[in-house]
Amino acid sequence: MGRFVASTPAEQQEMLKHIGFDSFDGLFAHIPKEVRFKGELPLDRGLSEMETDRALSELSEKNKIYRHIFRGAGAYDHYIPAAVTAITSKEEFVTAYTPYQAEISQGILQSIFEFQTMMCELTGLDASNASVYDGATAAAEAAAMCRERRRRTVLVSETTNPQVLQVIKTYCFGSGTPVKVIPAENGVTDLSALKEALTEETACFYVQQPNFYGILEDYESLGNAVHEKGAKFIMGCNPIALGILKTPAEYHADIAVGEGQPLGMPLAFGGPYLGFMTATASLMRRLPGRIVGETQDAGGRRTFVLTLQAREQHIRREKAGSNVCSNQALCALTAGVYLSTLGSDGLAQAATLCTSKAHYLLSELEKAGCTRKYDQPFFHEFVTRTPAPASVILSALREHQILGGLPLGENEILWCTTEKNTKSEIDAMVAIVKEVCTR
Amino acid sequence: MKLIFERSVPGHGCSVLPECDVPTVIPEGFCRQSRPRLPQISENDLSRHYTELAKQTHGVNDGFYPLGSCTMKYNPKINERAAALPGFTGVHPLQPEEDAQGCLEVMHRMETMLCGITGMDAMSLQPAAGAHGEFTGLLLIKAYHKSRGDERRTKIIVPDSAHGTNPASAAMAGFSIVNVPSAADGCVDLNALQTAVGEDTAGLMLTNPNTVGLFDKNILQITDIVHKAGGLCYYDGANLNAVMDIARPGDMGFDCMHLNLHKTFSTPHGGGGPGSGPCGCKDFLAPFLPGPRIVRNETAYCMEYQNTSVGSVKAFYGNFLVVVKALSYLCMLGREGVREASCNAVLNANYMMHGLSDLYDMAFDETCMHEFVMSLEKLKHDTGVSALDAAKAMLDYGIHPPTMYFPLIVHEALMVEPTETESRETLDEAIAIYREIFQKAHENPDALHHTPAHTPIGRPDEVAAARKPVIRYDYEAVLSEND
Repeated sequence: MGRFVASTPAEQQEMLKHIGFDSFDGLFAHIPKEVRFKGELPLDRGLSEMETDRALSELSEKNKIYRHIFRGAGAYDHYIPAAVTAITSKEEFVTAYTPYQAEISQGILQSIFEFQTMMCELTGLDASNASVYDGATAAAEAAAMCRERRRRTVLVSETTNPQVLQVIKTYCFGSGTPVKVIPAENGVTDLSALKEALTEETACFYVQQPNFYGILEDYESLGNAVHEKGAKFIMGCNPIALGILKTPAEYHADIAVGEGQPLGMPLAFGGPYLGFMTATASLMRRLPGRIVGETQDAGGRRTFVLTLQAREQHIRREKAGSNVCSNQALCALTAGVYLSTLGSDGLAQAATLCTSKAHYLLSELEKAGCTRKYDQPFFHEFVTRTPAPASVILSALREHQILGGLPLGENEILWCTTEKNTKSEIDAMVAIVKEVCTR
Repeated sequence: MKLIFERSVPGHGCSVLPECDVPTVIPEGFCRQSRPRLPQISENDLSRHYTELAKQTHGVNDGFYPLGSCTMKYNPKINERAAALPGFTGVHPLQPEEDAQGCLEVMHRMETMLCGITGMDAMSLQPAAGAHGEFTGLLLIKAYHKSRGDERRTKIIVPDSAHGTNPASAAMAGFSIVNVPSAADGCVDLNALQTAVGEDTAGLMLTNPNTVGLFDKNILQITDIVHKAGGLCYYDGANLNAVMDIARPGDMGFDCMHLNLHKTFSTPHGGGGPGSGPCGCKDFLAPFLPGPRIVRNETAYCMEYQNTSVGSVKAFYGNFLVVVKALSYLCMLGREGVREASCNAVLNANYMMHGLSDLYDMAFDETCMHEFVMSLEKLKHDTGVSALDAAKAMLDYGIHPPTMYFPLIVHEALMVEPTETESRETLDEAIAIYREIFQKAHENPDALHHTPAHTPIGRPDEVAAARKPVIRYDYEAVLSEND
């Protein structure tokens, strides 16, 4: 049996005796008999570390690890620099709790302050929080930030990642907030439908850059329409794309959120990921979760602390804007290290590689007989119709250790590339697709 | 310490990515005007920067960390190795189920074990944190009443000793809150509860052992009162480390609950997260659970989506790698180990309380569970030394202070949770430190107001931080200074 209890059974007996008990039973004697557990837990005997190591390795080997991945749809296979893994594995960062005691937590506090700054730089907005659970919950929290007494309805574009839309709906079910999905036309939000749906009761409108189909929409017009009706404009952004794409601030967004996973986090079957949130200065005090601020200590030294805590659950209880307590701090650290490793040139390079490869892949797939579904500008994902059934293409790719795009319909695939997909890998993949389609 | 932006030198950097091997495409008309100002730094300087930050971060590995209600037990290294296995980290969440059988088996095994430990029938691993699990559990309660057409039930009862997340989660789930005062013994006041329940009661949120570290002996009556009124009972699993294999929430009359894998099941807290807050429930609530259910049929594991579900509370399936860490922990502990963990968590807390109770006032001077609460009200009255002063004094001894000023029902509270992974020697040392601080409070109280003295910084001015928030590095200020 593996054990992490420090004291031996003999020491435990001595300690029990020292405090006036004969046995552990005595220690629990005050618990009513009716609720004492008398059954047997459905756990096996404890294993040694070596056996555990082997058992977990064997479990992991039951998964298929693809050599090449052309699937995104909310989880992206980017290169993770070695420095990121090494730095974020430091035990001090890994094993600390939320930095309540600033005097011995300057390291983690400063790392969050740096993360907040980088998120402001990426999005162009004024204020960032220390993270929430993921991009989907960030979107749901952003919608909640915009709710006012007379403005309750949340509008969401149909071009939103379905996972994100689902979570917004769940959160809104909780708070009793009406959600309305704005239909899409040719892969982008239908502007006239949005204008029709906007009323004096609209709290906000949420749209993604790029959207679920990889498309870059006309955010200028969307944002203007939203603001004309006095509602808030929320953009869900891919942080790598922000290395080159116009910022939410340039589109006059009030809040920017996004899935931070591309910034150094592995695919990991969906988590842990990172929700980032930034907002204009006027919305700063409505941001949920932890925020780190700069101040001074008694000796006038620069010091970082958790701040604006009057927003939070442990002070305001039921009047708090959100219940967020634990966040994704280590993932925020990861994003900070990732962005520092790449720098602004590196991030722009990553973004350019992603979009260039995607455009190359599309042109090659078109030669193989696939056709583009939406004639729209895109970043690193796009949808094609396929001459052969998507399932046939994808299983042919699977045999070659390639995870093809996400099937959206019988003859429709959402493809994705990142900087990891080389030209030769793309060529080899397209050759297989071509072979299947001309069979 | 310098900020990473202050270490930045134009032209410095790391070389990470290759040249583009396809025609370069720039999204004309969609490009930002100026690049984000990210640090430009060599890998060596980057590495040293974060090493310096790590040195100024106190983790469980750096010393005793008895932060009450947070269960800061040792985080076994095998957990980290398991979660870093390429067979887990490289799995795309949308790859076919047959290609993710290992992941699904991890989740299925974890759900089964957690159901066993808690006495629940079903579990969703989707919630990412304790508060997220609470929100999920409350959505189950909401969906349940709604499914019965019982829409009058709009109120959640929360004791005044509850974690702040409880009322905040209930509010997010659209409920109004009824606060009930605790009885003099720190437990639920049955009369107050009886008065509070009614036709509008959706449910009760409770943790047991409660936030003052006591097992509420009336637990069966409490859950019965709520059930008789037509409400459901929610268990906050923050304190589960006290009762594994001793008493199960499911047997205490609770209908749904959350667990904190980052507390009870040894996964590290990462300076604030990621955690994992699985939500468990009895069979009758299972149709409402969020996300996919992991089902094992004859040949394979698969995911089933229920159309009665409250929906998803997070993208995909939760903080999966955190679940892997907790599974690794449970594999090692096994059936005997979880009991041993809880027994020793309770033993260590009582041992430490025993070593202090002749000097410090205990909020409730009786056998505690895995944590105990001291009140420094009298000490403050006698010497002027507050709970904050005592906590700050501990920093100079290299140990992390207990949770301060919680629960709210105890004045000048310090809440101590040693956990089972601390040795007797560590506890003895901590007891000696606490006692020394008590003496110092009487001999030289003024000195304690100025602690800590040996930490990298002294007490921060939190008022100034909140009054004039500076929450990002200001390039413009630096530029204008340089002009």
